[in-house]
Amino acid sequence: MKRALVVLAAGLLAVLLIAAMLQLPAPAVDLPAAVGARLGESGVVHPVTAVLLNFRGYDTLLEIAVLLLALLGVLAAGGRETAAGGARAAPAALRMLARLAVPLMTVVAVYLLWAGALRPGGAFQAGAVLAAAAVLLHLVGLLPAWRSPAVPLRLALIAGFLVFLAVAAALLASGALLQYPPARAGALILLIEAALSVSLGLLLAGLLLFVSRGGVGGR
Amino acid sequence: MSAGLAFDLVLAGALLWSAWRTLATANLFQGVVQFIVFGLLMTLAWARLAAPDIALAEAAIGAGLTGALLLDALGALRRRQDAP
Repeated sequence: MKRALVVLAAGLLAVLLIAAMLQLPAPAVDLPAAVGARLGESGVVHPVTAVLLNFRGYDTLLEIAVLLLALLGVLAAGGRETAAGGARAAPAALRMLARLAVPLMTVVAVYLLWAGALRPGGAFQAGAVLAAAAVLLHLVGLLPAWRSPAVPLRLALIAGFLVFLAVAAALLASGALLQYPPARAGALILLIEAALSVSLGLLLAGLLLFVSRGGVGGR
Repeated sequence: MSAGLAFDLVLAGALLWSAWRTLATANLFQGVVQFIVFGLLMTLAWARLAAPDIALAEAAIGAGLTGALLLDALGALRRRQDAP
């Protein structure tokens, strides 16, 4: 009886949501057309990258700042006791596979970064692949958990945000935040995306590596 | 019924089913694995909706990294239960 009521209520909510979705008014501004009209000035060919890094670069700048804050929160809440986790070595075949996969993943990350200008891809996807490579290395025991970040790691973690901020500050003279000169937009976007990829990879990997006790490999 | 529509219907059904299994199972490990499966199916759904950018991000972050984080949390929970 109770179950039937829950199913009924959930079904009713689903119907209401679908009805609300079907009644959404048409957007007042035709954004895809607006993006397409100015795509030539953005420095890239792929509309999603143009929106993320050029037309709405401000949002992306804040996104990387939020991720940085999240990692700072993890670090501040850290101090987990260094328990003696089960020192179980990953099977040799798994280690071998990880050794083979990580160089390929690095190449894929660079490709995604480069392809972002032309087709789906970009800094976030490249960073996620880099992070996955680091996590993979950690899970098979080839990369130890990070205790506390040394200076080079700290610099790499904030590099993306700093480069983005520096470009934004350098362009402030033009009047608007992050308004690239069309002639140099492509190069600037690639520079920002390259720094973002490295930082994002380390940030996302750090979310696991700073709190992990050693994964399968243990210590 | 065209093949595309049939695939979409199966995909939508599988999404709902894996979402339900993720929440309903009492076994945490099964829940995490079902969540990863849900993420991969979601990737397919984004690809079908012609949004390859979101599909890439969903596969890498939603299924991959979140799955690894959840599995790691599960391992930490088990060790904590074993320790005292």
